[in-house]
Amino acid sequence: MAGTALLDVNNVEVVYNRTVQVLRGLSLRVPEGEIVALLGSNGAGKSTLLKAVSNLLSLEDGDVTAGAIRFRGDDIASLTPHGLVRRGLFHVMEGRRIFEDLTVEENLTAATFALTGRDGASPDFDLVYSYFPRLHERRKGLAGYLSGGEQQMLAIGRALIARPSLILLDEPSLGLAPKLVEEIFGIIARINAEQRVSMLLVEQNAAVAFAVASYGYILEMGKVVIDGPVEKLMRDQDVREFYLGLGGAGAERSYRDIKHYKRRKRWLS
Amino acid sequence: MDMLFLAEVALAGLGAGALYALTGVAFVLIYKATRVVNLAIGEILMLGGYAFLGFAAGLGLSPWIALPLAIAAGGVFGWVVERSLIRPMLGENPISVFMVTIGLGSILAGAVQLAWGADPLRLPEFLPGTPIFIGDAYLAPKVAFGFAAAAVVIGLFLALFRFSRGGVALKATAADQGAAYSVGIDVPRVFSIAWILACATAAGAGVLVGAIGGISPTMGVFGLSVLVVVIIGGLDSLAGALVGGLLIGLVEALAGTFLGGEFKLVVTFALLLVLLMVRPYGLFGTHEIERL
Repeated sequence: MAGTALLDVNNVEVVYNRTVQVLRGLSLRVPEGEIVALLGSNGAGKSTLLKAVSNLLSLEDGDVTAGAIRFRGDDIASLTPHGLVRRGLFHVMEGRRIFEDLTVEENLTAATFALTGRDGASPDFDLVYSYFPRLHERRKGLAGYLSGGEQQMLAIGRALIARPSLILLDEPSLGLAPKLVEEIFGIIARINAEQRVSMLLVEQNAAVAFAVASYGYILEMGKVVIDGPVEKLMRDQDVREFYLGLGGAGAERSYRDIKHYKRRKRWLS
Repeated sequence: MDMLFLAEVALAGLGAGALYALTGVAFVLIYKATRVVNLAIGEILMLGGYAFLGFAAGLGLSPWIALPLAIAAGGVFGWVVERSLIRPMLGENPISVFMVTIGLGSILAGAVQLAWGADPLRLPEFLPGTPIFIGDAYLAPKVAFGFAAAAVVIGLFLALFRFSRGGVALKATAADQGAAYSVGIDVPRVFSIAWILACATAAGAGVLVGAIGGISPTMGVFGLSVLVVVIIGGLDSLAGALVGGLLIGLVEALAGTFLGGEFKLVVTFALLLVLLMVRPYGLFGTHEIERL
């Protein structure tokens, strides 16, 4: 992979409640300026990895028991979650997690705390509204009354306020209509290009993730099983079949094939 | 019935209610930010009264210097308690934290008794003494002063939460700690500030309560009425503490006058019972927003 790594995750293991091991020696890199996609089925450990990176694991009784995570060369273990945000690593959490009983504007104001201690950085609400005009219309309204798509826009808008160098995006397509997913991913690609923000994108929807990402990792059972540039992954027979649903060239699949699929998956990991 | 007498009782009740409201605000602040039910709030209030006594009578300072000092002492106390007792309990069962605050209350009551004795004491006079009449109704000047001070402080808090950036941080932390961290809010600092503000407020309220009725180591019982106030108002609502405080003050005064002093608590707790059956969240407590 070319370029210097903004985020470097090296052989990380995560254990919840001191008993349940979720990540098993996971390594990945996010180079400066790129979008890296992280795919995998439910329970593969995608969200756990993001929480480990943003140091929010401790809130859920999780621990990084081995390995190291470096953001811009610094080990994050010694940093607080809010400290990391203030250094430019912003985590847009799964399920949007907007503050429902605050207004849209107050939600953005809350994100201005990310600029604490950064010289000369003043919050740019207009930037958010230029990407998401609909938020401007509803800025005085309670965020809880926004539609799902608007809430996702607000969650990404909060990240924009914080002017990060890396955004961790946890399933921005969750629960949204295909048309909205397309719109939001279009904006994600624009933000990446125009604001030069790197992103680590967790998705279930491989097709949309590959449309914006340059490199991809596929996770199973807490470790990376395939990785490579997106063009290469899109040609990979297993990825096409299991993640993009393009395998049988439109032919109908019988139950035998599904069993075959399971067998193949085990072999794959 | 004599309307003038009724009006005087009601005014006195509202005056007492304002102090309930003020202490209720202190309770709500802590609960809202940290989800800790602080049962020591009555004892922290008592501590404020004794701190004032210590500064004014013990050290011989002017009451107008002793008052801010007592408030500051409350704030420092809140900071120390949050750092040393509450923060290590983060993530523990809420009942455990609740028990810690009960223990803290007992320790405070005992410590005050060791230092100043068990007898009720009077605070040095410092509030204006000219009688106040609203229409023809007489209002004790101290009560009026307490009411005014409480109104100003509560008004300040309400404005702070509605319009300041710090208020947004507090509301965000109250709504979703994880998300608050994720947008760069220093959550432990918000906890600290909530405890400092709340305990300073309680200490200030203690000076006012003590100036009106004197202080004693059993003064913490005041906290029991405050608990009723905040449950009625809704545990996480500042406006609820305000309305609940005035309501309970009024009801206690009326019940005490017309039914007899022993009915004060009976009536307030009966009111609490009925209200909880009708509105389990209290008058202004948060329900989840339902998105349709």
